[in-house]
Amino acid sequence: MADKKQADDARDRNGRDQPSAEEAALSARLRDLGKQLGRHQFDGPSDSEPGQRSTTDASAMARGFRLSTELVAGVLVGAGIGWLIDRWVGTTPLGMIVFLLLGFAAGVLNVMRVAGVVATNTLDPPDKRQ
Amino acid sequence: MDPIHQFQIQNLLTFGHIGGYEIAFTNSALFMLIALAVIAALTIGATSSRALVPGRMQSVAEMSYEFVADTLRSSAGSEGMKFFPLVFSLFMFILVVNMIGLIPYTFTVTSHIIITVSLALVVFLTVVVYGLYKHGLHFLKLFVPSGIPIYILPLVTFIEVLSFLSRPVSHSVRLFANMLAGHITLKVFGGFVVMLGSLGFLGSLGAILPLGMTVALTALELLVAVLQAYVFAILTCIYINDAIHPGH
Repeated sequence: MADKKQADDARDRNGRDQPSAEEAALSARLRDLGKQLGRHQFDGPSDSEPGQRSTTDASAMARGFRLSTELVAGVLVGAGIGWLIDRWVGTTPLGMIVFLLLGFAAGVLNVMRVAGVVATNTLDPPDKRQ
Repeated sequence: MDPIHQFQIQNLLTFGHIGGYEIAFTNSALFMLIALAVIAALTIGATSSRALVPGRMQSVAEMSYEFVADTLRSSAGSEGMKFFPLVFSLFMFILVVNMIGLIPYTFTVTSHIIITVSLALVVFLTVVVYGLYKHGLHFLKLFVPSGIPIYILPLVTFIEVLSFLSRPVSHSVRLFANMLAGHITLKVFGGFVVMLGSLGFLGSLGAILPLGMTVALTALELLVAVLQAYVFAILTCIYINDAIHPGH
């Protein structure tokens, strides 16, 4: 809807402005059409911008499958590292406790990234965050 | 009636022993070769005619190519296309192996975690090696978010590292667990049908319920088989994007 409105606005402006603006409107409409075509190409909306690691192009079910394991994986990795450190250093309960908690934090971070609550890439400039 | 029996590895051909380990051609290896033959038949055989208007099989091959190419291009950019052979191989292998596993009396290769971990580690190591090769130590900035106060930066960085390390775990466990659980569920409901069916007329009447469940679950498993291959491929694309553009 927003795209259509934009195109209409552009056309209105061109009516009043110089004729060269007509080409701009045409290219704007072309771009809109390209965007719409791109959106229809897959199930999910496709994003042709490279670098934006959007998870929206995975279908909703694919995202659901991801959500279910990301948290578990974080906790497992934390527990595994804690257990190994305990074995090597001999700080038996401490490493496990600390790394389990850190792993839980990492798992929550994973889940939030999949859900798109936090930016997938923390180094992205703020305007690119979703 | 053992639902786990279907996942048993059987030696079909023993080559010898290396360091106390038996080197054998197993049923898992056999079904991997079958999958390879199916993929080769699809991609080489079906496209050999090179028809301008594709036939049925050529259309399937072209669609799978375009699907993976578009997925990769949309999440990793055109620069990521140099990884297309990797992503396409992973996608086709997992898809075909999952599909073959759905046929009764076959073996599901991806229901063994050693297979999925190997595939996930290939992706993980590709990302790490290529990222370090392309960006050097700048790749490590992936773990250091910007705009974080200095006093909690070490903690956040550590959580980021753990989050990065958990990727191959979730990547492999997801595929393995879905295939394993789905096949066990199918087997259990199939077992119910047989057990109830042997109990006479009323039992046979009752067996209709698990039979319907099995039919529905088969459809669900078909969906899961395709979806898991897709999820594996798209996560590979997302991780490769990290190696190409680490925090820009």
